[in-house]
Formats: sequence, C-alpha cells, structure tokens
Amino acid sequence: MRGLWFWAVAVLLVVGGTLGTRALDNDFFFYAGYVVLQFVVLATAWNILGGFTGYVNFGSAAFFAVGAYTAIALDKALSLPLPALILAAGAASGLIGLGTGYLTLRLRGIFFAISTLALAVVLETLVINWDYVGGATGSYIIPPDEVFFFDNFVEALFSLMLLLAVAAVAVARWITRSRIGRGLAAIRDDELAAECMGVPTLKLKLISTTISGAMMGIAGAPYPFYVTYVDPASAFNLFYAVNAIAMPMIGGTTSWLGPVIGALLLGSLQQWATVSISSELNLLLVGVMLVAFVILAPQGIVGLARRFLDGRRRL
Amino acid sequence: MFTADLLLNAVVAGVLLGGFYAAAAIGLTIAFGQLDVVNIAHPAFIVSGSFCAYFLNDAYGIDPILVGVLLTPVYFAVGVALYSVYYTSFERHGEESLRGLAFFFGIMFIVEVLLIMSFGVDYRLVDTAYIGESIKLGFIGLPYRLLVPFAVSLAMAGAIYLFLSRTFTGRAILAVSQDRLALRLMGADPVRVKQVAFGLALATTAVAGALLIVIGPVEPSIGRLYIGRVFAIVVLGGMTSISGTIVAALILGVVESLVGTLYGPSWAPAVAFGFLLVTLAVRPAGLFGR
Amino acid sequence: MLQSIARRRLFGALGGTILAAMSLALPSAQAAEPVKIGFGMALTGALAGNGKAALIAMEIWREDVNKAGGLMGRPVEFVYYDDQTNPSVVPGIYTKLLTVDKVDLVVSGYGTNVIAPAIPIMMGRKKVFMGLFGLAANEKFNYPNYFQIMPAGPDPKLDWSRGFFEIATGLDPKPKTVALVGADAEFARNALDGAKTNAEKFNLNVVYNNTYPPSTTDYTPVVRAIQATNPDVVFIASYPPDSAGMVRAINEVGLKAQLLGGGMVGLQYAALLTKLGPMLNGITNYDFWVPAPTLDFPGVNEFLAKYQAKAQDAGVDPLGHYLPPYAYAYLQVLGQAVNAANSLDDAKLAEYIRSNEFDTIIGKVKFGKNGEWASTRVLQVQYQGVTSDGLDQFLKPGARAVLYPSEWKYGELKTPFPQ
Repeated sequence: MRGLWFWAVAVLLVVGGTLGTRALDNDFFFYAGYVVLQFVVLATAWNILGGFTGYVNFGSAAFFAVGAYTAIALDKALSLPLPALILAAGAASGLIGLGTGYLTLRLRGIFFAISTLALAVVLETLVINWDYVGGATGSYIIPPDEVFFFDNFVEALFSLMLLLAVAAVAVARWITRSRIGRGLAAIRDDELAAECMGVPTLKLKLISTTISGAMMGIAGAPYPFYVTYVDPASAFNLFYAVNAIAMPMIGGTTSWLGPVIGALLLGSLQQWATVSISSELNLLLVGVMLVAFVILAPQGIVGLARRFLDGRRRL
Repeated sequence: MFTADLLLNAVVAGVLLGGFYAAAAIGLTIAFGQLDVVNIAHPAFIVSGSFCAYFLNDAYGIDPILVGVLLTPVYFAVGVALYSVYYTSFERHGEESLRGLAFFFGIMFIVEVLLIMSFGVDYRLVDTAYIGESIKLGFIGLPYRLLVPFAVSLAMAGAIYLFLSRTFTGRAILAVSQDRLALRLMGADPVRVKQVAFGLALATTAVAGALLIVIGPVEPSIGRLYIGRVFAIVVLGGMTSISGTIVAALILGVVESLVGTLYGPSWAPAVAFGFLLVTLAVRPAGLFGR
Repeated sequence: MLQSIARRRLFGALGGTILAAMSLALPSAQAAEPVKIGFGMALTGALAGNGKAALIAMEIWREDVNKAGGLMGRPVEFVYYDDQTNPSVVPGIYTKLLTVDKVDLVVSGYGTNVIAPAIPIMMGRKKVFMGLFGLAANEKFNYPNYFQIMPAGPDPKLDWSRGFFEIATGLDPKPKTVALVGADAEFARNALDGAKTNAEKFNLNVVYNNTYPPSTTDYTPVVRAIQATNPDVVFIASYPPDSAGMVRAINEVGLKAQLLGGGMVGLQYAALLTKLGPMLNGITNYDFWVPAPTLDFPGVNEFLAKYQAKAQDAGVDPLGHYLPPYAYAYLQVLGQAVNAANSLDDAKLAEYIRSNEFDTIIGKVKFGKNGEWASTRVLQVQYQGVTSDGLDQFLKPGARAVLYPSEWKYGELKTPFPQ
C-alpha cells in the first residue's frame, strides 16, 4: 500500500473510531471490539518475530501478562495515568524479550520456542508468589466512573486500543520496508546464508524479539482496566498464545496485513461464537481453522488473495 | 526439622515421579529428538490415553495400565496416519518448522475439545487394588500408586531402547535421524521408517496416559501443564538419547521434589524450568547430547 | 382526492384505536410477555462441571416458578451464554444481555473469577445482582445491590475456617500447633489467609505454611514435609484434583493429627466421595448442605430428586448436594423479591432483598454487610463410617456428621485422625 494511502486510512480509522464511540450507544460492540483490536496488536507483534524472522514464540501469554501486571503494580504503587502505564509495560516486556533472546537466540529456532514456554511457566510462578499484585488471589482494578470526552470508560478503552492497533500495524509496516525488515527476511529464509552475507543476525534477532515482546506487553497493559479482576490463571492463559499463532498463520505471515486480517476474522468469529454457539465448539473452531489453513493455504488469506489477483492479471 | 529421612523420602518420591515423567517424554524423544517433528500435541495424546484407560476401567473393570498396553497398536496406527498427513503437507516441501508447529498446535486443541465433548470437563480418577497401599523399607515409604507406574515406565523405556539398538527397523530409525541420504543408500525407505518411528512415539502415549491417571486425577486440558515439562526433559537429555531422557526425567522429578520439600512447592515448576533455561544457555546440547 | 385520503386516515386511526383498546382489555396478550433473566454460566472451562450442574438447578427453578404462575403472573425465560470460566468474556456477555437482549434481571455466573468483572457493569447500570459462590468478590467494590448466596458470612475469609478452628480449640487435649497448606489459586489462598488469622486468634502456633502449584502431580513430598513438623491440627485448602491427591498421599504416608481437613473443595462431589471411599474417614471438611434431620428444609428433598433424575444424563455430579441447591436458592430469593415488591425495578428489589429474610430450600437466608450472609452457615462435617460401597450411603444421614454450627449439629466428632 502506498505510504500516503496507508497513513490516510490509519488517521481516518483512529479519528473516526474515536468520534464514532459517541454516536454508537451499543456498549457490547465496544467490549467485543476491544478484544478483537487487542488481538490485532498481539498477532502483529507475534508475526514480527514469527513471520518476519522465522522464530516461533509459544509464550505470548507471558509477555501479555507481564504487561498487565506491570500496569497493576505501577497503578498500585504510583497511580500513574494509563499512557504512562502502557509505556512502562512495553519497556518491561521488551526487556524480557531481549533477555530471552539473548539467552537462546544463538541456538536453533526450536530451542527459542521451548524456552518461551519455560519462560511462561517461570513468570507465572513468580507472579503467583508476588503478593503485592495479589498473587494467586487476584487483583482488582476499579475503573473510573467519569472519563474526559467519552460516555463511559469502555469507550475510552476501545479508542485507546484502536490507536494502539493502528500504531502496531504502522510499526510492522515500517519494519517490512526498512533495512531491518530485509535483514529479518534473509534470516527467515536461510540464516546461515544470511550470516555468510554479513547480515548481523544476532543483533537483528534481538531487535525483533524486543519489539515483539514490547508490543505484546503494550497490548496487555490496559487489560486489567478492561476486565477489573485479574488473576494469574486468566492472564497467562494458553488461549492468548494459541490465538497469537493462529491469527497470523491464517491471515498470512509474510506481510503486515496478514495478522490484521487473521485477527479481525478469527477474533470476530470468536466474539460471535461466544454469544451464539456458546460451547466447546469455540475451541474446536480455532483448532480446525488453524489446521485447515496450515495444510491447505500455507500463505494464509493474503497468499490466497495474491494468487487470485495474479491469476486475474494474467487473464 | 529437615531430617535425613525427610530428605531421603523426598529424593525417592522424586525418583518415582521422574520415572513417570520419563514415560511421558520418551515418545517425544523419538518424535522430536530423532525425527525433528515438533509434536506439541504429545501431552494431549497422553491425556487421551488417560481417558481411554478411565473409560475401559470404569466400564469393564480392566486394570488401567493393562488398557494402556492393549491400546498401543491403535495409537501406533494413529501415529502412522498422522505422520503421513504431516509428511505430505509439510516435510516433503521442506517447510516444516513454523507450519508444522502450527499444525500440531491445532491438533492439540482438536484432541482436547474432542475429549471435552466426549467426557465433559470433570476430573476423572481410577481406583485399583494397589492405589492407596505402600511398601515400607525402613523409614522409606514407596506408595504403589507411584511405584507401579515407575516400574512400567522403566520396562517400556528398556523395551524401546532394545528395539532401537537391536532390531533393523530400530537402527534404521536411529540412522534416519542422523543421515537421511545414507539411509536410502542402505536400502531402507526413510519415509516408511519415520512412519514407524512416529507410530511408536504415539504408542507410548497410550501407556503414559494410563500411568498418569493411576497417579492422579485427570481432566481434558491437563496436558497443557505437561508441555513444558516433557520438552524440557527431551532437551535436557540431549534430544536423541533414550538414556539421556530417562536421566533428565529423574533429575527433574528429584529437583521438583526437593524444592517442594525444602522451600515450598510453589517454587518447584519455576526451578525446574529455570534449570532448563540455564542449561540451554550454558550447554545447549543437553546433558547427553552430541 | 383529499377527501378520500382524509377518510382513509380517519378509518386508519379508528381501527388503530380499537385494536389498542382490545389489546388492553385482553389480559392474556400482556401476561404472555415473559420476564427475562440473563446470565453467563461456566459451560466450558475449569468450572464447567459445577456450571452445568448449576444450570440444571436453575432450569428446575424456572419450571417450578412457571408452574406456579410465573413472576407477577408472567412466565420466566432465561437468556444465557457460556462464560468459559474466562473473566475477559464476562463484560462483553453482560453488556450484550443488558443492551442488546434487553433482559429484565441479571444474576451472576459461578465463581469470583466471573463475578468480579461483572460488578462494575452492574454498578454503572444500577442493577440488582445475585451472586453465586464468589469469595468476598464485593470486598473492594462495596456495591450495595450485590447479594451473595454462598453462606460464608459477613467476613467471608475468616468465617470460612472459623468453624474448623472452633472445633479444634474444643478438643481435649488442647492442640498447640497447626500446619496450613493449600493450592496456589484464588479460593485456596483466600481461605488460607483467613485460616492463618484464625490460627493466631485461637492461639495456635503455625508450624507449616506453604502453598503448592495446581500443576503438582504428586503430593507425597508435601505431606511428608507437613509430617516432619508434627502438627496437632492440619488445615488444607485445596481444589478437587489436589484434594484427591492430598487424601491419597496422607493415607500412604500415614499422616496423623488431632484434626485434619477444613477447606477441601471436591470432597463434596460424588466422583471423589465414591473413588476415595474409606480414605475419607475422619477428615473434617467444610460443606454447605448434607442430608441430616437438622437440615431438612422444606423443598430441598423434592428439588434433589428432580435434580438427580436429570444429572445422570447430563454427565454432571449425580449427588448435587453442593452447588445445585444454592443455584436454585439464589433465584428463589430474586423471584420472591419480585413477587413481593410486585416490580422489576432494581432499586426496589435491592431494598427488599436487603431488609427481608427469605425462606428457601437451603433454609432461611438473610443478607448483611456487603451482600454477604448476616451470619455464617459454613458447615463443618466429618466423614464417618464411609465404605467403598458406592453412592447410596451419601444419600442418607450419617456418612457426613454435622459438627458446626451448633444449631445444625447432627453427630459427634471422632478424634484423632485417622481413627
């Protein structure tokens, strides 16, 4: 997408979405919309490391939860405003991403994946034993009654998440068009060859994990305000990890648009399923879609669209 | 307060539990360590084995471990079929890693949901003649609930070890993990060999599942708690080595038990995985790897 | 032309007025409009076993109420969604119920996890909110229109274990030490915190105080560590899988104490009662209702018969003594309030519930501070004479002797543990 078009659409979405909250009275849309946009951020974040660089992160929930708990801890300690909490959460998750990367990225990709799993367990145990943020008993965040400009707090959260989602996608797009992105693609295609060509693989991989981790933490920071009661079991839920992988894979991992499509599609489907089919079929949905796409449409929806458009062009 | 008999009992309990962990991980050593198939659904299959054992035990009164052993041919066939799908979709094109992982992730969820839809989400237990009894050797207590799974697990590991080192197919499996081309030149079809290997890996989950439900209650999503553990054991054990897996499993069991006894059980999983992270950082080939 | 349009309009208006008058005159059209009660319930996820059982109980209430004429003469309908035991879907579900489905009344799902996220929404819309088993969910919100059917008492965290410790201090010889152990999870940690305060209040020295992760496979090391501290009393706050694991490990290791148990969830369900059988004997544990002459409240046996008939097919707990009667009761309270106040206005209903005592199938219910029960009714029961003979022994009094509170006592404490 041409630069100008992209930024025009981005600005339009943010401004339109924010103003739109005043027009629409149906709060349910904002609750559901918040979750879908949150997954746009998570899927985009995962894809920077997974799709662009080729390293699978199983522990997305850990980074998300670190963001959420950083927000809780700082809110309790210093009562900072939400934007500050978001930045702090991003910094904390980014640091953890950097640390994990530094420990394991010198090894084969699969070791990185396993260590993200192990990391999730370690972090969850730490949080469970950290009584300041409630530990296993959980933590309550009371949302404010009145918010500047918006009718209620959930509309504010929705607009905030919309802004974060657009920002995340913009970052992902910037990466694909920059030197960093080309370096990451080289690593994904053949790491050994990239090394031989002089690509600074370790440095790039560390940049990738840090940005990915930071974005996941940023997605997690407003979560305590959305759900008002957070406990480790729900913050570290494997469902975040699965969705973070399934959405980019379904949408298409090689472009910044793939995770967006995957998140919007799968996220909306899940929100709809929650209030209609309403049963285990929701889980089955994720599993079957993931397997089907992975086998039949490996390039995701973006890949299918590309093939279709290429086919038409030839005609 | 921390007397010798408490510590010794903690070590013994850890060893017994580690024996079970070995049964859970050994299939993954074959699938992941030797075949490079990242079967993250391995614990989900173990849980399905638990439910099969529960079902047949509840309906017909057959001993759960016996059920596990009897079901190994069924799981073997499922493993062969699953590998064939995996091979035709991914491995042939050389795009294993990311998509293969996603594939097995999806399979894991599907297995879990099918279990929930068939059995519901409640915890299931079995009760056999030997659960609840223990032998006492001096001040060391050995509950049968852990001792029998330990023994079965070691027997299974021993059988697999012999199979891999003494039979032609077994050695072909070891060979295919080292050098695919050389194997072809030796006259064996690598794909066939890998099918057998993966089938064997999945067959172990039938037994491991039965052992799991003897040790404690099981519910469909309990597999998620074991993903980290089994992968950690395989990596720690050096990926391809069966004996390495057994030793790593025992170490993990003992570490968890000792930490649980001395510092508090809360910290046990964190320490075990911290151990793994450090090992990966310092000696990534694991304890027994090449 | 204008004349014909005017005439058509006149006839139209006349016809409309006649129809309107008819609909006002015919009572059946108005009475048919149902009262919609909306809620989320755990039909999948960790608490689904209880959630499904609760739903069955609630459906039985709905049938009973509709047979008796409905609420204010109108039939009751449910609108519900699966909350997947996942707090993050709760705000969405309740918002949809209130804004899109436009339900008249709402009640909660099962467990603090899914009750807490809904409370701010109730506060924003000033809805009366009946809660189903959340430990101190309202403590931080202090919402006056929230009412909890779990009989924990005005100070839930302390009242939970108070009975256990009161029994302990009544023992002869008086115990001096206590071991506290439990799962790293919401309810268990809350119960343990309360137990620790109670232990200090009753002058018991805490010699072991640890939690274990729910992912623990084997509890033998935990039990041995407890044994090493030689406690007189052992308080355990556990969830079903660890309750089973702990009971087995205690049996194998041979842990002895004057009093053991307290907060073990799961021992109230058929599955664990039948599978653990005689290993339970001597354990003193919390419960909410057991068959006993002192707890023979009007309606409870009829309800249980209906529930047990449906439970077998639905694959939920066939006994139904723990949650289902309370799931029936929390709707009973709401229904009785609606009929008595003859209104669906939340403020009127909340006022009525706050100031009155209700007769339900689980006895008399009166709410106090923060919507909790005015006085605690957490029972302490002791398993006695349990054999491996199956479920029938639990359907009659005796297998679970009621030791506390004294108003409902039925049976005597047998000490020490094990017998």
